[in-house]
Amino acid sequence: MNTFFLIAIIVLVFLVIFQISKASEYVSVLKGEEKSRKQNNKINAFLMIVFLILGLIGVWWCNDLFYHKTLLYVGSASSQGKMIDELMWITLIITGIVFFLTQILLFWFSFKYQESDKRKPLYFTHSNKLEIIWTGIPAITMTVLVVFGLKYWFKFTANAPKNAQVIEVTGHQFGWEFRYPGRDGILGRKNYKLVDPAKGNPLGVDWSDAASHDDIHVAATVHVVVNRPVKFVINSMDVIHDVGLPQFRMKMDAVPGTPTTEWFTPIYTTEEMKKRTGNPDFTYEIACDQMCGKGHFTMRGVIIVETQKEFNEWMIKQRPEYLRAKKFLANASADSTKTVAFVNQPAK
Amino acid sequence: MSNEEILHEKPLVVHESDHASHEHHKQSFISKYIFSQDHKMISRQFLVTGIIWAVIGGLFSVIFRLQLGFPDQTFPILEDLFGHWAQGGRLDPEFYYALVTMHGTILVFFVLTAGLSGTFSNYLIPLQIGARDMASPFLNMLSYWFFFAASIVMFSSLFLTTGPASGGWTIYPPLSALGDAMDGSKSGMDFWLASMALFIISTLLGGLNYITTILNMRTKGMFMTRLPLTIWAFLFTAILGVLTFPVLLSAVVLLLFDRHLGTSFYLSDIVINGKILPNQGGSPILFQHLFWFLGHPEVYIIALPAMGITSEVISTNSRKPIFGYMAMVGSFFAIAILSFLVWAHHMFVSGLNPFLGSFFVLFTLLIAVPSAIKVFNWLTTLWKGNIHFTPAMLFAIGFVSLFISGGLTGIWLGNSTLDLHLHDTYFVIAHFHLVMGVASMFGMFAGIYHWYPKMFGRFMNNTLSYMHFWTTFIGAYLIFWPMHYEGLAGMPRRYYDFSNWESFKMFAGLNTFISIVAMIVFAAQFLFIFNFFYSIYKGRKLTEKNKNPWAGTTMEWTTPIHPPHGNWIGEIPEVYRWPYDYGKDGRDYIPQTEPIGAEEKQH
Repeated sequence: MNTFFLIAIIVLVFLVIFQISKASEYVSVLKGEEKSRKQNNKINAFLMIVFLILGLIGVWWCNDLFYHKTLLYVGSASSQGKMIDELMWITLIITGIVFFLTQILLFWFSFKYQESDKRKPLYFTHSNKLEIIWTGIPAITMTVLVVFGLKYWFKFTANAPKNAQVIEVTGHQFGWEFRYPGRDGILGRKNYKLVDPAKGNPLGVDWSDAASHDDIHVAATVHVVVNRPVKFVINSMDVIHDVGLPQFRMKMDAVPGTPTTEWFTPIYTTEEMKKRTGNPDFTYEIACDQMCGKGHFTMRGVIIVETQKEFNEWMIKQRPEYLRAKKFLANASADSTKTVAFVNQPAK
Repeated sequence: MSNEEILHEKPLVVHESDHASHEHHKQSFISKYIFSQDHKMISRQFLVTGIIWAVIGGLFSVIFRLQLGFPDQTFPILEDLFGHWAQGGRLDPEFYYALVTMHGTILVFFVLTAGLSGTFSNYLIPLQIGARDMASPFLNMLSYWFFFAASIVMFSSLFLTTGPASGGWTIYPPLSALGDAMDGSKSGMDFWLASMALFIISTLLGGLNYITTILNMRTKGMFMTRLPLTIWAFLFTAILGVLTFPVLLSAVVLLLFDRHLGTSFYLSDIVINGKILPNQGGSPILFQHLFWFLGHPEVYIIALPAMGITSEVISTNSRKPIFGYMAMVGSFFAIAILSFLVWAHHMFVSGLNPFLGSFFVLFTLLIAVPSAIKVFNWLTTLWKGNIHFTPAMLFAIGFVSLFISGGLTGIWLGNSTLDLHLHDTYFVIAHFHLVMGVASMFGMFAGIYHWYPKMFGRFMNNTLSYMHFWTTFIGAYLIFWPMHYEGLAGMPRRYYDFSNWESFKMFAGLNTFISIVAMIVFAAQFLFIFNFFYSIYKGRKLTEKNKNPWAGTTMEWTTPIHPPHGNWIGEIPEVYRWPYDYGKDGRDYIPQTEPIGAEEKQH
């Protein structure tokens, strides 16, 4: 019933608008078209300047309402992110100046040079001087931004520092898996054809590689140490995903068949961030940023940044995945004819 | 409207004309309105089809905005309309993604490419360069009918059991290649690919025709340097289309192979739904290269015609020549060239080699230079003008404003360092909706309001037009401006629901606000649609006295009110000057067809 009323009201509003518009056309014919055209011109010129003023107030108001909800307000939680924020501020100032300058000129000119019987428009076709100025200045400004941007870009995309903690991240519809290299510091080989969750091998680790025997696999939540660089080696099992880390200002796609990497240095623990943001529920979230299917929006991971001591306490409780998978291996070697059969079993 | 009417209106002229080329033979309904080879009719066909698609695409955005704005509420009416796609009055995530995908596809390709370039290239090229029709009217007709066929295929995909394509308008494989990955990647994707193949053919037929016509069929005296900027814009648009759409076709064909013939162009190492696929060695990144090699020039295919129309409308209604004509042409050229060298800025975080990425940063930021030149030239054209705020002029000024707002954030996103944070967030949504979505829509509206009297021989209602402009303009900013803040918080695009995310859920109130404004703006478009169709039949008629209602200098206004097939009765007029002699030597305007006076200095 409500819907019906709503539709009826909308239709009525439209009918009224159409009637008014039609009537105004007749009135303008009666008044003299030239006269009413000039009147309309004045109204629209006035609206232009009103739009400019209200628009500028709106820009300020919008900033007032939402600035503290952006991540710029608390600052980045990684040392790389700090540099990104810095470049963001430089860019904001440059584009901000251009924005206000050009928008104000646009609407101010529109208002000021509205049609008037007294004015003769200027026959002004070109001016090399002006054109050189406004080709040159943007070109120089862009060069500055490119130089800054690339300086940071090469820094972030270079190899991670030697002391970085390497963690393998694997995305799948719709969740994240993490693998630590264990005591030997080496991630064991993988082969996607070995994937078999039913046999304790959801990631397709090749157990014949001894380096895999101490690897630790955890799902959904990853622990990292504050102030130590973390390097994610990123894989995907099915479609393209993206490891999006808004608080660390990092993003990298997870591409099936092509491993990618991203590294950063977290500088605040989760506990510290709870205080900094004033939000007791604060968590570092991994958001999938590449459309990956109907559960895309649920593809959430959690990063817990903690001190080395807390991390060690946590890590000591983890058991290598190999220990869980071993019993299946024993069975398999007892009956080697069945090893191929799991290939087509559906995952849970 | 019809040729018969023209015969009755001005019988003398027709009889005086002794040219065999425009005998007014009787045309049947079919050859005149359906399989017409007259560029003016084809243009109107593109326009009306584009409007229908715009309503569908816009409606889709309203429906998915319902989900984003009111994630906790149910709307029983949705279940009545969409059945199992909206059980209990709440959109199914799969359907949500289908709507998002179709919204993008429809608006980018069917409305802002076919609807914008198809309409105005067809309408204005022959009329403004002084040609009787396109180089090949028959190919031109085919161009529309391929577009129509593409439309039918895409439209029918909406009714598939598994739904239309739903992997985003960029259809990245493997998601789009594997039916197991998503329902929309089942037959919906095949329909999408088939439709796009037809669409590409349509664009190529049209584009080749536009280029040939502009280069070969200009009237006497219409040198390239005397072309209105609209024509320059259409020329570069057509060149971009002809050079890039075939690459999309190759991407489409390879994707079809991967889907049905077991090839592995884009597939490698995949385990999906518990199935281990045999494909190895392919690269999903290859698809992204092929897609964006079209995809980025595509945004200029959308933007350039809008820029051309804006230049023309601003100059005409400022009663002042366009400032820096050659700089405008030069910047079109620069944009066209650079647009081929920036595609991978969509792929900074895709696993692309970072060193390669740095070149794309450079070229992307360089493209800001010709764009800045354009903006400054438009501003200088307004300066010391005598501005007539016709509805077209309002939309042109709106275009400039939106283009500035959206263009400046391009400098953020084009810089790979900042893209690390902003990629695929609402910042991107805000950026491209302002700079190419809404702005080009405004260019299209400017074009429609400006040339409507020429197209239909009648005026649109001014009051409705003004209301349409102000609601749309204010609404566009209210919708997209606050999205920058969501993007700066890292809020990802293409999310169905944010309520489980600690990092993004604080924007619930803002999302509701944006959804409400989006609905109002969508409703306001019906002011335009009603005005458009009503005025075709009931609008105030043009008379012989005001057949050039905006006092324009260009050639289309020298044709009869209802130009026949062939456009001019008798000889095609000769051109003696550039198209921007406004306010010269104390005269309001001097048509291009008027010879240079003895005392006059030639521009």
